[in-house]
Amino acid sequence: MKFAILVNEGPYTHQASDTAYQFTKAVLAKGHEVFRVFFYHDGVNNATRLTTPPQDDRNIVNRWSKLAEEHNLDMVVCVAAAQRRGIVDEGEMKRNGKDATNLAPGFRISGLGQLIEAGIQADRLVVFGD
Amino acid sequence: MSTTKQFMFVNRKAPYGTIYAWEALEVVLIAAAFEQDVSLAFLDDGVFQLKKGHQTKGIEVKAFEKTWGALEDYDITKLYVDGDSLKERGLTADDLAIPVEVLSRAEIGKLMEEQDVLLSF
Repeated sequence: MKFAILVNEGPYTHQASDTAYQFTKAVLAKGHEVFRVFFYHDGVNNATRLTTPPQDDRNIVNRWSKLAEEHNLDMVVCVAAAQRRGIVDEGEMKRNGKDATNLAPGFRISGLGQLIEAGIQADRLVVFGD
Repeated sequence: MSTTKQFMFVNRKAPYGTIYAWEALEVVLIAAAFEQDVSLAFLDDGVFQLKKGHQTKGIEVKAFEKTWGALEDYDITKLYVDGDSLKERGLTADDLAIPVEVLSRAEIGKLMEEQDVLLSF
């Protein structure tokens, strides 16, 4: 089956991102396809490479990056939600006159059309959030 | 991308206090721009999103009322409201800023079953 995943909450405050990660991992382990993981609302905060949790805690951001690398996952961060919350890649830095970037490896910033496309293409769009 | 699917957006949260309702509206408009079969359901505190006369100047955020007009521009006409949620909050359809279809929980549940994609905010 072809899945799409929507993550609507940021890391650490909510369980949603952890559960989305575990679910995505399980889906892939069962041999299903993940068309896209889309990050919206505070979910975009899963994509900052500046996250530094205590050493004995899980690193939620790195964990997503690693999963993306291992499975060639398409992980998309909503541009409008990212702009509000200061998640920046090279293109956004230049476009908005910022002096830094913080997008973690494996993520890309794009529009909400990517979420709708995921809903159209996938057999199941599974939403994780409040 | 010519596939059309039925997308229902389920609005459950109060209009202010969190950003969910506002960012949900942004997705709704994009789905319509992609020419999908879009409907909106309002339940629980989500019914407050539709209430007339929001005064948001004091909290410095944009009010919803003006943006509802945009739904018609995008040909979004399927707006369903849970009648029990209205009643529990002392509201009737007359308190709402735009015309909606008031349904029972069972009827909304049935509509949900018919959808291809359900997005809950």
